[in-house]
Amino acid sequence: MSVRRWARAVRWYLRELTGEAQYDRYCERHLRHHPLAPVPTPREYEALRARHREDHPQSRCC
Amino acid sequence: MPTSVMPESGRPAPEEPPPARSRMTPRSMLLWAAVALLGAIGWGVLALARGEEISAVWLVVAALGSYAIAYRFYSRFIARRVLKPDDRRATPAERLEDGVDFQPTDRRVLLGHHFAAIAGAGPLVGPVLAAQMGYLPGTLWIVAGVIFAGAVQDMVVLFLSMRRDGKSLGQMAREEIGRAGGAAALIAVFAIMIILLGVLALVVVNALAHSPWGTFSVAMTIPIALFMGFWLHRIRPGRVVETSLIGVALLLLAIVGGSWVQESSLADTFTLSPTTLVFCLVGYGFVASVLPVWMLLAPRDYLSTFMKIGTIALLAVGVIVAAPVLRTDAVSDFASSGTGPVFAGSLFPFLFITIACGALSGFHALVASGTTPKLIQKESQVRMIGYGAMLMESFVAIMALIAAATLEPGLYYAMNAPAGLLGTTAESASQAVAGLGFTITPDQLTQAAKAVEEQTLIARSGGAPTLAVGMSEIFSGVFGGSAMKAFWYHFAIMFEALFILTTVDAGTRVGRFMLQDMLGNVWKPIGRVNWKPGIWLCSALVVAAWGYFLHSGATDPLGGINQLFPLFGIANQLLAAIALTVCTTVLVKSGRLRFAWVTGVPLAWVVAITFTAGWQKIFSADPRVGFFAQRERYADGIDAGQVLPPAKSLDDMHTVVTNSTVDGVLIALFLLLVAVVMVNAAVVCVRAVRSPVPLPTTETPYVESRIDLPEQSAEPLAGART
Repeated sequence: MSVRRWARAVRWYLRELTGEAQYDRYCERHLRHHPLAPVPTPREYEALRARHREDHPQSRCC
Repeated sequence: MPTSVMPESGRPAPEEPPPARSRMTPRSMLLWAAVALLGAIGWGVLALARGEEISAVWLVVAALGSYAIAYRFYSRFIARRVLKPDDRRATPAERLEDGVDFQPTDRRVLLGHHFAAIAGAGPLVGPVLAAQMGYLPGTLWIVAGVIFAGAVQDMVVLFLSMRRDGKSLGQMAREEIGRAGGAAALIAVFAIMIILLGVLALVVVNALAHSPWGTFSVAMTIPIALFMGFWLHRIRPGRVVETSLIGVALLLLAIVGGSWVQESSLADTFTLSPTTLVFCLVGYGFVASVLPVWMLLAPRDYLSTFMKIGTIALLAVGVIVAAPVLRTDAVSDFASSGTGPVFAGSLFPFLFITIACGALSGFHALVASGTTPKLIQKESQVRMIGYGAMLMESFVAIMALIAAATLEPGLYYAMNAPAGLLGTTAESASQAVAGLGFTITPDQLTQAAKAVEEQTLIARSGGAPTLAVGMSEIFSGVFGGSAMKAFWYHFAIMFEALFILTTVDAGTRVGRFMLQDMLGNVWKPIGRVNWKPGIWLCSALVVAAWGYFLHSGATDPLGGINQLFPLFGIANQLLAAIALTVCTTVLVKSGRLRFAWVTGVPLAWVVAITFTAGWQKIFSADPRVGFFAQRERYADGIDAGQVLPPAKSLDDMHTVVTNSTVDGVLIALFLLLVAVVMVNAAVVCVRAVRSPVPLPTTETPYVESRIDLPEQSAEPLAGART
């Protein structure tokens, strides 16, 4: 596999793992369900995500 | 709660899958025979070589060979014969997709998520302490335990929770076992979590005490996380990868900076006693749990995930390239005598209690019944995510064991025996180690501390410093040579502290939610998740609870780790007992009695070790093992006006009496709670076996999946990159 493909794969994995890619999916979904409403900006989405994390603590293991 | 009376294995779909009995091709037979042979050679070398130096690579070969065979055959057996995942059945991620909690996730990404959530400091610390008994017993249990117990528990809990829309372990206990069992499970989970947090925080305190370098670099993680939080929230919203990379770079800078601070006039500011560190950690824990998550918790979590995966990969490379030689005995004398200084008690049950997380961890059941089941794309993926991630965690434990076993035994004991035994000078420590049957000269001890630029390595118990010294040996052999030793030591300390503090943050928050939930039943307002006074009160209570154990551990005259680590291990393994009880009950209830041994045998084993250990901790007449015998000895001393070493004053004597009473009572309470869960489960199981029709289960009904499988192979593993 070429270096570029590797780099792409690593970037894809890191974006998915950290949830960075979540935003794109959220927008896509939003457009599907509410085609007329504007999609949230990255900033608004980040705030939404933070609020969600606030209410859903996830335990980290020992 | 909608309950279906459908037996768990029943399926309304018209066609049953064809009997899955694929033949192995000659090529794959040859391949697996080779893997088996390699693993067997690894074990053979470990078992037969005596009196000569063995390379740690054999440990790696034996472990990896065993994991491969177990994954290929045993986890496949569990999937096909016992759980019977069905990829035509929609998972909760598909059925309930909401773009937030529930969404089908690529299996490789989910494996990463799940591994990051389950891996922590536990598998790093336990095996280091267990090295007291030699490398062989520990390795055997880490490998056998994960294959037959730990990974099985994770996989089955994940599957059951997935079939119930991602219900938590506590909810499943209540619905599958009953109200009494459910309530006992809930209280046990909470109490166990408090102990875990207290002991983990103690590991950090022991690692940072009197170490300005370590304290500075770990303290710097707070401003770094705050900076990342602002960057991510305000300046470049959503750029997580970029922010994390900046964070990691700053972190490395903080480690380098620690070396300058140590040499500068700031050194005194960052040289803290254990008691001061306890108060810092408690204060930090409270603030972190009430601040908005985006400020501290979330960025720290990203940092910790990056460091975790990076360092573990580095360690694997280091072990294989440096190929260090194992220096401890295969089986030490302490294994049979039970008089080891690191933790007291005989191999059975205390080795198993001490290793805990790397082989079987009850805490994983909370993760496997939390976020992960809501993200699974296809049912068959529980095998890779549940079983596979736990095998990876076990491998981390093997590497921690290697790091400890490659140290000179003299140094190992000088670092891990209680302070009361070793004294404070290199001479006294050297003598104490000689008394244990090992040698290290005072000069060697001073040199070892100097090499990693620490004031002292004497009585740095808790596992983290030992692992850090071991890691620095391995890393400096591969990257940077001996000049880098001090850097790698503090890198390892930072890496462990980061793990633990992330666990402490998240655990305090989870504990606060649980407490709010429980107290909310008594007084409504406190249960409201956005009522600030309720949040503050519950956070303070949770922090105070683990803070109590942290403080008592840090000031314990007998050595906090020596006293509290067994409590930690017993608590963790009891949680596993609860999880395995739930699994076994569901298997029996759903008409899979003939396969109930899959979780039933590990359950029986974990009950045997926890109840034997608990029993000895309560009733043993040996004051080093039994908490109440210890209490009596020191209470008698107080009555006679004597000060018994290692206590130095009557105050110390009173501390010992209080601590051993609290610890003993707690163990009794844990055992009682778990016994309630098991008795209740046994009643349900008997009822299920006698009932002519299957008992109702809470499994959600079958809905056909609309996600296409890429190919319907003999072993469907869906989840294409989209």
